[in-house]
Amino acid sequence: MSTVTTAAPGRSAAPAGAVRSWKTPILLSVLAVVALLVFGAGAPRNNVTFRLSDPNDAIVLPDLVLPAVATGWLTAVMLAALAVLAVLAVRRGSAVPVWLVAVFAVLFLIGFLTWVVGSANNPNVALYGLLAGSVTLAVPLIFGSLSGVLSERSGVVNIAIEGQLLFGAFAAAVAASVSGSAIVGLFAAALAGVIVSFLLAVFSIRYIVNQVIVGVVLNVLVSGLTGFLFSSVLSKDAETWNSPPRLPVLSIPVLSEIPILGPILFEQTIVGYLMYIAVAVIYVALFRSRWGLRTRAVGEHPKAADTLGVNVNRMRFMNVLLAGVVAGVGGSFFTLVSVSGFGRDMTAGQGYIALAALIFGRWNPIGAFFAALLFGFATNLSNVLSLLGTPVPDQFLRMLPYVVTVFAVAGLVGRSRAPGASGIPYVKG
Amino acid sequence: MSPQENPPVTPDTAGGQPPTRRAAQEAAREEERRLEAAAETGGGQVPPPAVPASPAALAAAGPGDEQPLMQRIITGNALVAVLAVVLSLILGGLLIAVTDEDVARSASYFFSRPMDTIGAAWSAASGAYAALFQGSVFNAGGDSFARMIYPLTQTLTVATPLICAGLGVALAFRAGLFNIGAQGQILIGATLAGWVGFTANLPFGLHLLLVILAGMLGGAIWGGLVGVLKARTGAHEVILTIMLNYIAINLVLYLLSTPGFQRPGSTNPISPQLEATALYPPLLGSGFRLHWGFVVAVLATVFVWWLLNRSTVGFELRAVGANATAARTAGVSVSRGYILAMAIAGALAGLAGVAQVAGTEKVLTSGVAASFGFDAITVALLGRSSPWGTFAAGLLFGAFRAGGVTMQASTGTSIDIVLVVQSLIVLFIAAPPLVRSLFRLPTPGAIPSAGARRNRKTAATGGAA
Repeated sequence: MSTVTTAAPGRSAAPAGAVRSWKTPILLSVLAVVALLVFGAGAPRNNVTFRLSDPNDAIVLPDLVLPAVATGWLTAVMLAALAVLAVLAVRRGSAVPVWLVAVFAVLFLIGFLTWVVGSANNPNVALYGLLAGSVTLAVPLIFGSLSGVLSERSGVVNIAIEGQLLFGAFAAAVAASVSGSAIVGLFAAALAGVIVSFLLAVFSIRYIVNQVIVGVVLNVLVSGLTGFLFSSVLSKDAETWNSPPRLPVLSIPVLSEIPILGPILFEQTIVGYLMYIAVAVIYVALFRSRWGLRTRAVGEHPKAADTLGVNVNRMRFMNVLLAGVVAGVGGSFFTLVSVSGFGRDMTAGQGYIALAALIFGRWNPIGAFFAALLFGFATNLSNVLSLLGTPVPDQFLRMLPYVVTVFAVAGLVGRSRAPGASGIPYVKG
Repeated sequence: MSPQENPPVTPDTAGGQPPTRRAAQEAAREEERRLEAAAETGGGQVPPPAVPASPAALAAAGPGDEQPLMQRIITGNALVAVLAVVLSLILGGLLIAVTDEDVARSASYFFSRPMDTIGAAWSAASGAYAALFQGSVFNAGGDSFARMIYPLTQTLTVATPLICAGLGVALAFRAGLFNIGAQGQILIGATLAGWVGFTANLPFGLHLLLVILAGMLGGAIWGGLVGVLKARTGAHEVILTIMLNYIAINLVLYLLSTPGFQRPGSTNPISPQLEATALYPPLLGSGFRLHWGFVVAVLATVFVWWLLNRSTVGFELRAVGANATAARTAGVSVSRGYILAMAIAGALAGLAGVAQVAGTEKVLTSGVAASFGFDAITVALLGRSSPWGTFAAGLLFGAFRAGGVTMQASTGTSIDIVLVVQSLIVLFIAAPPLVRSLFRLPTPGAIPSAGARRNRKTAATGGAA
C-alpha cells in the first residue's frame, strides 16, 4: 500500500540519494533560463505600477513603479546566478541551502509579476488587495492542513479533509439559517467535522480499514449526502434552510490601519482570527507539550509509545476527532464568510489542496501555514490577472495553483518525510 | 539480475536455475497469500496490509477447504458483499424516506396515525428503488422486448468507462500506488482520441484503431508522468494525480478554445463531431446506445487479469506494491514498476476516454469524462483491486448510474443518493467485521466463545457508528 508512508525513496540507498540532490539545481537552472527568455528578453516596454495602499487608508504609501525591462533583466540575471550557486553547491557535494531556494522563489515571483502585469492591458495592480485576498483564500486551506497535521502526526492519514470541510460548510449553513446566528453555525461546523472524523477513526482504527480508502470514500459519502440534502431539502426552501447570516468582519482599531499588514492580520472575521490562533496553538502544543510529545510518539513509533504506557489507539482516536473540529471550523468559512449559503460540492477540491499544503509544509503547522498561503496567493493571482487582461490564456492562469503545487511537491520540497507510522494501523501484540 | 527477468526456462538452463526459479515461485505464492490477507483483514485476526502477515495469523484466518459448506458461505466474502449492498440500500432508503415531502406531511400527525408515516416512507423509498431498477435492469412496462431490455444495455454502456478506468485504478493500487488521477487521464485520453477522430480521414477499422491507440497513449502520458515524477523525485502520487486532474481539465478547456479543436462557427468549448469511421459501431443495432467499447472493456479486463496474474511484469508490479523495499532487495526496479504501473493505468483510463468520445458522446467537450474518474476509484475499491471484481463493481455502479437518471426523472429523487449508497457499500465491504457483527454472523476461524465476545463488542461500536 502506498499512503504517505512512501517516503521510501528518502530512506533508500545511494542511487536514489544522488538523483534527489541533483533535482533542485536542474529545476532552478531550467527556471532561470525561462526567466532570461521571458522576463528579460520578452519584457514589455512599459512601467509597472504596484499600488501599496488604498487611497482611503489612514496611512497612504506611494505607488511602487518599476520599469519592466530593467526589472525583468535584473531578476533574471540574479536567478541565473543563484542557479549557478546551486549547481556549484551540489558539485561540492553539499545540499542546496534552503535560503537559496527561498530567495530564488521570491525573485522569480517578482520577475513573473512584473512581466505578467506589464504585459496586461492595464499595467497597474493593487498589491495590498492581492495579498489580503490571498490570505482570505488560504483560510480554509490552512484549517484543512492543520487538520491533516493533527491527524497524520498521530499516525492516521487524513484524506477526508475535503469531506470535513464540505460537511462543516453544510452544517454551518443549515444551523446558522435555522437558528439565525452565525456563531451557532460555527459550532455546528465543528460538530460536523467531528462526525466525519469519527467515521474515519472508527473505520481506520477500530476496523483497520486502509486509511486512504476510508478517506476517499468518506469524501464521496459527504459529497453525495450534502448534494442529496441540498437538492431535496435546502433548495426547496432556501429561506428556512440555506440563508445563513454572514460572520461580521471585526477590525481592531488602529492596528488595522497599518499598511498592507493591517487588513491581513487585524481585519478578519472570527474564523480568520481563529485561524491564526489555531496555527500558533497547534505549533506550540505539538512541539512543547506533553500531549504533543505523545502525539508525535504515537505517529512515529507507536510500539515505543505503547511500551511507555501511552494508549496508542485512544491517542489517535482523540487526535482524529480534534482534526475534525479544526477542519469543520475551516469549512464554515465557505458558507459564513466567503458566500452566504451552501452550494453543491462548494469546497471544490480545496481539501485535497490542503493535503498538498500539509505535505509541502512537511507536516509542520507553520510550514503548512505558509504552503497554504502560497496556494492562496497563486489562486488569487490567477483571479486578479484574468481581470487585468494578460496575454496568458485564462485557462493557464487557472492552472497556476496546481502547477505550482506539482513543482513544489516534485522539486522544491526536498526531503519531506511523513511521520513514521502514518498510514499504518497499530495492532497491539 | 532478478530471477523474473530470465527468459522462459528451457530444459538446459533449468539445470542451472532451479533454486532461483523455485524460490521465485515460492515467493509468488507467498506474496499471493499475503495480498489476499491484505485484502481481507480477516475479522481483525489478520494484521493489516502494512504489517507483514505472520504465519500464525494466517493460520488463524482459517484453512477454508476444511470447513463445512454452510460455514464457508456464512463466513465468506460473497455474503458480506451482498449484505453490505443490502445494508447500504436500506440506509439510502431511510434517507430518501426522511427527506420525502409526503413523509414529512404525515409525520406531523404521526402519533394519531403512525401507519400513514410508515406507509409514506415505504412508498417513497420503494418507489425510488423501483425506478432505479426499471432504469437499470428491466423495464416491465416496455411495449417490446427491445424496450424492456433497453435499460440493461444502458447499464452496460455506462459501465464501460467505469470498468476501463476502474481497472486502471485497481492496477495502480496493486502496485502500491493510489491513483486518484483517472479523471485527468480519461480527459487527456479522450482529447487525443477525439482529435484523431475528427481530423484524420481514414478508412473504417484503421481509423478506429488509431483513435483507440491515441486515447491509450494520451492516458499513458498523463499517468506515466506521475510515475516518472514519483520515481525520480519521490513526490507523493496522491497529490500529483489530483493536481494533474485540474491541469488536465484546464488544458482541455484551453484546447477547445483553439481553432485546432473548436467546432467551426461555434463559440462554445465543443469539438466537431467525430468522423463516422472513428466511432465504435453499435453492438446491438442502432436502436441501442451500447457500442463495441464494452467488448473492449471485457478484453481489457482479461488483459489486466493476465498481466497481473500470469506475466513477469505483473509479478514485479505486485511485488513493488506488496513491499517496495523487499522488491528492491530482490532485484526488482521499483522506479520502473511505478512508471509502468502508472502508464498502464493511464492507458486503461484512456480507454475509458475513448469509450466516451468515440462511443457514447461522439464529440469532445470538457465534460466528456463526467465523474467517471472519481467513480472509478470506488469501483476499484469495491472490486478489491482484482480485475474481475472491478468488472463486477463497474457493472453494479453502471446500473446505479443509469438507473439513477431514470429515478431522478420519474420520482424526483436526487441522483446524489446513488453516491451515498455507493460509498456506503465500499465502506461496509471494507470492514467485514462490522457487517458480520451487525448481522450476527460468525467470524471466520474464530473459536466460538471468542467470536461471540467479539460480536458483542463490535455490535456496540457498530451501533454507535
